[in-house]
Amino acid sequence: MASLKDLRMKIVSVKSTRKITSAMKMVAASKLRRAQTAAEAARPFAERMERMLGTLAASLAGQSGAPKMLTGTGVDKVHLLVAVTADRGLCGGFNSTIVRATKAMAADLLKQGKTVKIMPVGRKAREQLKRDYGQYMIEGFEQLGRKGIVFGEADQVANTISTMFDAEEFDVCTVIYNKFKSAIAQEVTRQQVIPFPVPAQTGAADAGAKAIYEFEPGEEEILAEILPRNLATQMFRALLESQASEQGARMTAMDNATRNAGEMINALAIKYNRSRQAQITKELIEIISGAEAL
Amino acid sequence: MADKIQFELVSPAKLLISSPVDMVVVPGSEGDFGALVRHAPMITTVRPGVIVVHDGGKVSSSIFVAGGFAEVNEERITVLAEEAIPVADITADMAESRKKAADEALSDAKTDREKAQAERLVLIAEALEAARH
Repeated sequence: MASLKDLRMKIVSVKSTRKITSAMKMVAASKLRRAQTAAEAARPFAERMERMLGTLAASLAGQSGAPKMLTGTGVDKVHLLVAVTADRGLCGGFNSTIVRATKAMAADLLKQGKTVKIMPVGRKAREQLKRDYGQYMIEGFEQLGRKGIVFGEADQVANTISTMFDAEEFDVCTVIYNKFKSAIAQEVTRQQVIPFPVPAQTGAADAGAKAIYEFEPGEEEILAEILPRNLATQMFRALLESQASEQGARMTAMDNATRNAGEMINALAIKYNRSRQAQITKELIEIISGAEAL
Repeated sequence: MADKIQFELVSPAKLLISSPVDMVVVPGSEGDFGALVRHAPMITTVRPGVIVVHDGGKVSSSIFVAGGFAEVNEERITVLAEEAIPVADITADMAESRKKAADEALSDAKTDREKAQAERLVLIAEALEAARH
């Protein structure tokens, strides 16, 4: 049985934990708002880029000489997995779901006899994948988006990837990241970026079919320019989504932790009051029985 | 409204401009071109330079872009630019420091790829300097 003093100390300690988690929750909530606005503001660019790419790809369809980044290398031997996680923990299952998905995918590919390379983006991805998949790991990125993601950072990642692609170090590249659904829900998304899947031809393509576009300089030249840019845009979107998800996950996790701490404090307070009352009663009995004995 | 063209300028971070204007002059990679309403559909790359927006019979704004892509059709022109700065906001310091950084990158470049990238930066910096005048 813990003494009264022990109980008191424990209550104090849980109370200060609760203060910390509730502060972290507030911080995550305000960061979430910012990350969400950034993710939404970035959407028009990606949409228009997709539309342009769709038009280009449609006009090039069936022709040879399209860049490899669009058509692929023709083989499907070496896979590059880009795992996007956070740098910091305390955000529930956010990092481990990505790590789990990456591991599952890597194991699957290895079973099929493919070669796997893993590029960790975010400190947690590197730390958690190091033990089991250390030998497949290549250099990744950390500390991205400390002051909000800027396009330059995504560009850096995309540049590294396309340099590797040009050097024929892999055939297929897939990005694994958390897609932001709502503040409490994230969805693990596997997105193939190389070879780039041509966006489904929907309404935009109808307009494109009517209007015959002229290309300056030529389709191929524009494609060669736009594809690396598109890769950067896709990376940018993944990073933004991941950041918004991270803050959402952290907010939920900290909310739960705060609530748990509150429950624990209540339970401890009851225990403390009971044992204090028990002690008082015991002392009274001792005094009374002492007085009766006289 | 049929006599105005919808001009959209989009950067990766956000939609910068979306408004109907009379004419937009864009520095295309094969030469500057003016886009008015009912322009023939076209997709082109954009070189670093200044986009001039004409509205109401005068130049309503001019914006420096560091390259990108433009899509034109009958109703609208969409410019995807990685970087866009209003010409009025360009300072001498900005242009100079970019030029210096670009030159350094060029002299440090080892691989062909790095070199090509640095050359692009130099072009952007030079265009930025030119845009200031």
